[in-house]
Amino acid sequence: MFAYYLELALRSLTRSRALTALMVLAIGLGIGASMTMLTVLHVMSGDPLPGRSGSLYVPLLDARPLGHGRHAEAPPNGDLAWPDALALLRARRAARQAAMAGGGAPVRPPQGARLPFFESGRYVTADFFPMFGAPFRAGAGWSAQDDDARARVVVLNAGLAARLFGDAPALGRSVRLKNTDFRVVGVLDDWHPQPLFYAPVDESVFGRADQFFLPLQTALDLKMDFQGRLSCWGSEGDQRGSGQCAWLQFWVQLDGPAQAGAYRRFLQDYLGEQRAHGRFPRPQAAALYGLMDWLDLQGAVPGDLRLQLWLALGFLFVCMVNIVALLLAKFLRRSGEISVRRALGARRRDIFLQFGVESAVVGLAGGALGLALAELGLWSVRQRPDGYAQLARMDPSMLLATFALAVGASVLAGLLPSWRACRVAPALQLKTP
Amino acid sequence: MLRPILATLTRHRLTVLLLVLQVAFTCAIVCNVAFMIVQRTALMRLPSGLAEDELVAIESIDLAEPGQPLARHEADLAALRAIPGVSAAAAVDALPFGRGEWGNGIATAPGGEAMLTAAAFDGTPGERAALGLKLVEGRDFLPGEYLPLDSAHGWSGIDRVPAAIVTRALAARLFPGQSALGRTVYPGDGPVRIVGVVEHLLRPRPRERDGNEYAMLFPMLPDDAQVIYVLRTAPAQRERVLARAAEVLAALDHDRILRRPTTFAQMREAYFRRDRTMIGLLLAAAGGLLLVTALGIAGLASFWVQQRRRTIGVRRALGATRGDILRYFQAENFLIVGFGIALGAVLCYALNALLMLHYELPRLPPPYLPAGAALLWLLGQGAVLGPALRAAAVPPVAAIRDGAR
Repeated sequence: MFAYYLELALRSLTRSRALTALMVLAIGLGIGASMTMLTVLHVMSGDPLPGRSGSLYVPLLDARPLGHGRHAEAPPNGDLAWPDALALLRARRAARQAAMAGGGAPVRPPQGARLPFFESGRYVTADFFPMFGAPFRAGAGWSAQDDDARARVVVLNAGLAARLFGDAPALGRSVRLKNTDFRVVGVLDDWHPQPLFYAPVDESVFGRADQFFLPLQTALDLKMDFQGRLSCWGSEGDQRGSGQCAWLQFWVQLDGPAQAGAYRRFLQDYLGEQRAHGRFPRPQAAALYGLMDWLDLQGAVPGDLRLQLWLALGFLFVCMVNIVALLLAKFLRRSGEISVRRALGARRRDIFLQFGVESAVVGLAGGALGLALAELGLWSVRQRPDGYAQLARMDPSMLLATFALAVGASVLAGLLPSWRACRVAPALQLKTP
Repeated sequence: MLRPILATLTRHRLTVLLLVLQVAFTCAIVCNVAFMIVQRTALMRLPSGLAEDELVAIESIDLAEPGQPLARHEADLAALRAIPGVSAAAAVDALPFGRGEWGNGIATAPGGEAMLTAAAFDGTPGERAALGLKLVEGRDFLPGEYLPLDSAHGWSGIDRVPAAIVTRALAARLFPGQSALGRTVYPGDGPVRIVGVVEHLLRPRPRERDGNEYAMLFPMLPDDAQVIYVLRTAPAQRERVLARAAEVLAALDHDRILRRPTTFAQMREAYFRRDRTMIGLLLAAAGGLLLVTALGIAGLASFWVQQRRRTIGVRRALGATRGDILRYFQAENFLIVGFGIALGAVLCYALNALLMLHYELPRLPPPYLPAGAALLWLLGQGAVLGPALRAAAVPPVAAIRDGAR
């Protein structure tokens, strides 16, 4: 019976080729656009550190003065001032904790003939590497003692190590950053979490990777160049050491809700202590955000992309309405045929199935076209100059979702017209000439 | 004429409802999309205030230790000015569409609350003229107003700098209805006298909000190892001058990194690349929606024409002219699209309210909806014309020859 309905459907669809093509094209365009944007948002909202993200948190302590002017509206971005970061580091109340800030430095290659170049990196404290599970190709990070001793050590990412030393082992070699020699103690295995969650979340949080890591206190001591946000509300001249300039990112590892709860209380106590000294005038309580919540709160996925998704979904909706209307008109035009079949003994269920098959054929063809268009759309997204562009690829789960969307859309589109068709009464239609 | 149309439409209630819904959503989306396109385009066309076609820039990072950036800039600039075709040159710390932006809260009384944050531009003497900023009031900085060479500049110098040049937009915001010239503002701890007002100067990272021209020039020198050299030349000479500048700077001192050589036009282009992508997508979405809706209208209309061949034949046999039939279908379409627009108007402002809430979009100005309505009516009439003409061509004999289909 199904094969027969399929044959009927194909015959009916080929009878009005232009219309069939129009319906397939509309549903294909709608699904293609929606799946392109859904895939982009899916890969961008992915977990940058699977397996570890659940135990990583950002403490939020807002030291800014009571708001006035434009500053009042800016939501807290989690940046800490140096004294607070140092206090949290020294308290050691989390399983692991690290402070960090972005930096950049001129790198002088070992052979004098090659020109110096500029590279971006990060100044971090010892727990950074074990806490984030940074994969080492050789060596390891440094210790808390190295932090305190302002050791001149560096961890390179694979890209910079290859650029400086080629295939030769980098471990133990010396690298000149700005005007200081650093000893290479570790080489990372091309580590670039997407997004770069531990950096300040801004428009370039996707795509980039840090190429070198220095101990934060060493970098401060040597007055290396910092990059990224620095917001001050008075600084008494010394921005980086001041309690009135926020610029450090801080992450903690807390294993389990009990630890998280305890750390939250610790933060609140710290805040109360500081308030007794006249700092932290804002009334908000201290907060603790998990990694994924943090990325969401800080808007890691650009608003433009969300807008593009809504646009695509709106387009799909209008296409669907269009197809429902066209199918409805098409099926009802065949009321005569339906009533004859009904009079010959076809049940409502049979009619429903017959027209359901016809709409499903349209939906599946549209879905196949949509999948091809989504691949094309993703290819065009990859041509964008943005950092997230290279992530835009279809994965199995999104492929499955596309298929589900196509089937769901076609069933939805066919439901109403088929139902209306199967309500056609046999006798009434036979009476009309 | 209206009553038979309405009577027919109520017989196809569901189909008509779907078509109305489609027109309504198309209307709502297209109006808002058009508004977003206009907004983005306006942002991309913001005047920077600079002589954009005549400027090139190159970044230099001095590696010498200990660095003497101020002396280095003097020597570099002298060499750059000697390049044939260069009419002016300056060392600056920031440019519109550049990478870095630093700003200060501006108060109008000592110790007062900051009214707003203004982007700061430091540069060597002659910066204003080199950039081509148009002075509308006051004067340039005097040599004596620049902070001494041996003191800290930039953020550390803001408490001691005596003078500033502001944009007209900033002057109007700080001192509404009065001249800002000679007035005192407090970007840091100390008083700063406004000595000049320029027509336009865009902050380095403008976005869709007000305050894009809250910018100030200070008589401070860029004293970082990292500096941007801006050269002014004839538009046709830009590429040559830029290449030559890199050679000259490299020859003068090997121990530096030169990067991001660019014309100002390229800087603007790069800054708005995402917005251009977005405009392209918005256009595609609006075009796609209109196309699908037009095809939908045409498809449904041709169904109805086929379905009503006998009725049309009867009407023709009873004396209706071809024109009557044509106008009937046109009026029917006008009515359906009209219902769609009425519903679309409500949806349009609901959608706008949502966008205002989540995407900082302003309220939709009144002209968009009538324009969208007119567009959809035109689109509907265009789409229905073919089927309506076919209907008009149905001969009266169809009344007896064609069965009901």
